[in-house]
Amino acid sequence: MYSPVTRGSGWSPGFLVKLVLIALVDALGVYAVLAAWGAESWGVLAAMVALLLVANWAYFSKRALPLKYILPGLAFLLVYQVYVVAYTGYVAFTNYGDGHNSTKEQAIEALLVQNERRVEGSPSSPLTVVADGDTLGFAVVSPDGAVQAGTADQPLQAVDGATVDAGRVTALPGYDVLDYAAVLERQQEVTELRVPVSDDPNEGSVRTQDARTGYVFTSTLEYDAASDTMTDTTTGVTYTPNDDGQFEAADGTTLPVGWRVLVGLDNFVTAFGDDRYAGPFGKILVWTFAFAVLSVASTFLLGLFLAIAFNDARLRGRRVYRTLVILPYAIPGFLAALLWSGMLNRSYGFVNEVLLGGASIPWLTDPVLAKLAVLGVNLWLGFPYMFLICTGALQSLPTDVLEAAKIDGAGRWRTWRSITLPLLLVATAPLLISSFAFNFNNFTLIYMLTGGGPRFDDASVPLGHTDILISMVYSVSGLDGTAAKDYGLASALSIVIFVVVATISALAFRRTRSLEEIA
Amino acid sequence: MSARTAPFVRRPGHRARWFSEIGWRHLVGILAVAYAGFPLVYVVSASLADGGTLTGSNELFASVSGANYVALGGTRFWTWMANTLVVAVATGAGTVLMGAAAAYAFSRFRFSGRRVGLTALLVIQMFPQMLAFVAIFLLLISLGNVVPGLGLDSKLSLICVYLGGALGVNTFLMYGFFNTVPREIDEAAKIDGASHAQIYWTIVLRLTAPILAVVGLLSFISTFGEFIIARVLLQSEENWTLAVGLYGWVSSLQDANWGLFTAGAVVSALPVLALFLFLQKYIVGGLTAGSVKG
Repeated sequence: MYSPVTRGSGWSPGFLVKLVLIALVDALGVYAVLAAWGAESWGVLAAMVALLLVANWAYFSKRALPLKYILPGLAFLLVYQVYVVAYTGYVAFTNYGDGHNSTKEQAIEALLVQNERRVEGSPSSPLTVVADGDTLGFAVVSPDGAVQAGTADQPLQAVDGATVDAGRVTALPGYDVLDYAAVLERQQEVTELRVPVSDDPNEGSVRTQDARTGYVFTSTLEYDAASDTMTDTTTGVTYTPNDDGQFEAADGTTLPVGWRVLVGLDNFVTAFGDDRYAGPFGKILVWTFAFAVLSVASTFLLGLFLAIAFNDARLRGRRVYRTLVILPYAIPGFLAALLWSGMLNRSYGFVNEVLLGGASIPWLTDPVLAKLAVLGVNLWLGFPYMFLICTGALQSLPTDVLEAAKIDGAGRWRTWRSITLPLLLVATAPLLISSFAFNFNNFTLIYMLTGGGPRFDDASVPLGHTDILISMVYSVSGLDGTAAKDYGLASALSIVIFVVVATISALAFRRTRSLEEIA
Repeated sequence: MSARTAPFVRRPGHRARWFSEIGWRHLVGILAVAYAGFPLVYVVSASLADGGTLTGSNELFASVSGANYVALGGTRFWTWMANTLVVAVATGAGTVLMGAAAAYAFSRFRFSGRRVGLTALLVIQMFPQMLAFVAIFLLLISLGNVVPGLGLDSKLSLICVYLGGALGVNTFLMYGFFNTVPREIDEAAKIDGASHAQIYWTIVLRLTAPILAVVGLLSFISTFGEFIIARVLLQSEENWTLAVGLYGWVSSLQDANWGLFTAGAVVSALPVLALFLFLQKYIVGGLTAGSVKG
C-alpha cells in the first residue's frame, strides 16, 4: 500500500479542491436522498445513501487509495451498466409491458378509478374551483354546511375559515379561488380533475362538469382486501387474481389493468415457440448471422485487397489514394445510412435514376434486394476500417521472415499463402471478432436504411425481412409506438443476443489465442 | 512505411511489366476512390441544389446555391447540433478522466480485488449497453420521479448513461498503455516527495497523452453518431441530437426534406471529418489497438 508523503501537511491546495468537490457531491447527494424520500422511492434512496457513504469513506480514509481513482467510473458503471444489465435479466422473466405496467396496488387503484361512475341519485354539492399554486383543486360545501377542499393528490379535508356566500365558497385560506375566466381557460383540466373523497379508493371521488356542482363518483368495482377479490357491483361477478397478474372471473374474462409478475421462462417460450413470434424470430436470427458474417467477410476482403494494392512503395500518390479511400469511415454511420436510403429510393434515387439510367429497381422494398442493399451499404461503410487495419498489419509484418522465404526460393503466391496471410489473420482476428459483434448489433444501419422492411406478409407483428435481432428488440419493446409495449419479451430477446455474442466472442478469442501460440 | 523493395527503374519496353507491377494499382486506386467518393460528391451537390427535393438533386451540380444551408436556420438543426456537441464533448471528456483514473489505479496499485476487478471489466464490456435500452428507459423513469434532471428527456441523463459505458470499453486500452510507462519515473517522483495525486496529474497523464487523445476522440465520434439510446431517451424536439433529428426529417418526408437533410448532413459531418483527417495518425493507432467505430 502506498502512503503519500505529503499527507498530513494539512490544508494543501489539492486537499481544498478535494474538500470542495466532495462537499458539492454531498450536497447534491443529500438533495437526491431527500427527493427520493419525498417520492417514496426506497430503492433509489438506498442506492444514493450507499454511494454517498462509500464516496465519503473513500476520499477521507487513508486506506482506500485505489478506490479514490476507480470510484467515479465505477459509480456510473454500477448504475448505468451493471444495474441495467441485471434489471434486463429480471424484466426478461416478468410480463412487464402494456397491461402489466405497475404493482398490484397501483393496478387496483387504476381499475377503481377507471370504472368510476356517478352514483345515481347521489347528492350534488355546490363546488368552487380553487388553485394551490399551479395545482387545481375543488372546494365543496357539504349538506351540513362544512367546507372541504382537496386536489388530485390530496383527498378532501375539512378546512376552517372559509368564506361561504350563498351556499358557495368564495374565499379559502391557503388556496386561490379561480374566477370564471380562469376556469374557462383551464376548462379541460377542470373537467378531468378528480379529487378523492378519502385515502380509500373504494369511496370514490368528486368530479364536476360545469365547475359549479360536484358529484360523487364511485367505482362500479369494489375491492375487498381481506379476500383479495374484485367485485363488479352492477353484475355481481367476482374476479380473483390469477398467475398472470390479472383479476380473472370464473368464466375466464379478465379486467384490463394487470400488474407485473414473474412468469418464468414464458418470454423465451414465446420467442421460440409462439405462432406470432417463432416464425419471424427464426428468420431474423438466420439473417442476423448472415448479415454479420457476410458484412465482416465482404468488408475484410475488399479492405485487404485495397491494402495489398496500395502497399507498394513505388506507387505514386498512394497517400492521396489512402486518404480518399478512408473518407467513408470519417462520415458518421447514421448520416451514411440515411444518405444511402435516399440514393436507393425506387422512384427518385440517384442509383436508379442516374447510375442505372432511369431503372425502377425496388432496392429497399423487395425482400432479396433489400438484403443486398443493406450488405452493399455496409460494405461501403465498413471497408475503410478493414483497409486501415490490414494496412497496419501488412506494414508490421516481420521483414526477416519474408526475406527468409525469398532466400528459400518461395514464389510470390507461396509467400503470400504460407506467411503473409496467416500472420495477417493472427494480427486482425480479434478485430474481426469485434467487428462481428458490432455488426450483429448494427441497429443504426438497419433502422435508418430500411427500417427493417419490407414487412413479413404473414406476420401479425411489425417485423420485416431485413430486421436483425436488435431491431426486433426495438420493435417488440414498443418504445417507438408502433406496437403494444412488451418489455418482458424485448428483454428476453436482449438476453438471447447477449448469449449469442458472448459465446461466439469467447470461443473465437480462445481460438485466436491458440492461433497465436502456433504462430 | 518501410520500403522493402528497391525503387523501380522504368525502362522503355517494359510497359506490360509496369502494368502488372504498378499500373493495376493505379487502376484499383481510381476505382476505389470513385466508389468511396461518389456518394460524398452527390451529397455535396444535392445540398447545393436549389430545388431541395430528392428528384431535383440527381443532376450533379446543375445548380449551385446556398438556399438549403440558409433554410437550416429556420429549423431546429442548430439546436440539435449544439446538443450533439455538448453531449459528445462531455462524454468524451468524462470518459477520458474516469477511464484514465481507473487505468492508473489498476496499473500502479496492488490491492485485493484487482484481478477480479479487471476480469469483471472484461466480462461486463461484452454486454453492449445498447442491448439494455429497455432497462435504461425504465431506470430513468424511476430516477426522473426523484430528480427530474436525471430522468427521461434530459441531456444530462443521456451523458450519464453514456458515461456508464466509459469504464468497460476503454479501461483496457488505457491500462495496457499505462503499463508501458516505466514505474521508475513515479518512484523517483515519490522519493522527491510527490503525492499520488501529483504523480497522476503531472506525470502519468502527461506521458499517456496519446492514448488519452485516442480514447477521447473515439468516444466523441461514437457518441456523435449514437442513435438507439438517444432516440429512446430524448422525447422533446429541442433536446434531440443530430442522429435523432435528421432521422426524423428523412423518415417523415424524404422527398421534400432532402435538400435540408443533405445540407444538414454536410454541416454535421464536418466536425467529425475534420477531427478525423487532422488526427488520423492517432485514430488509426487506436483502432488497431482494438476499438470499433460506433
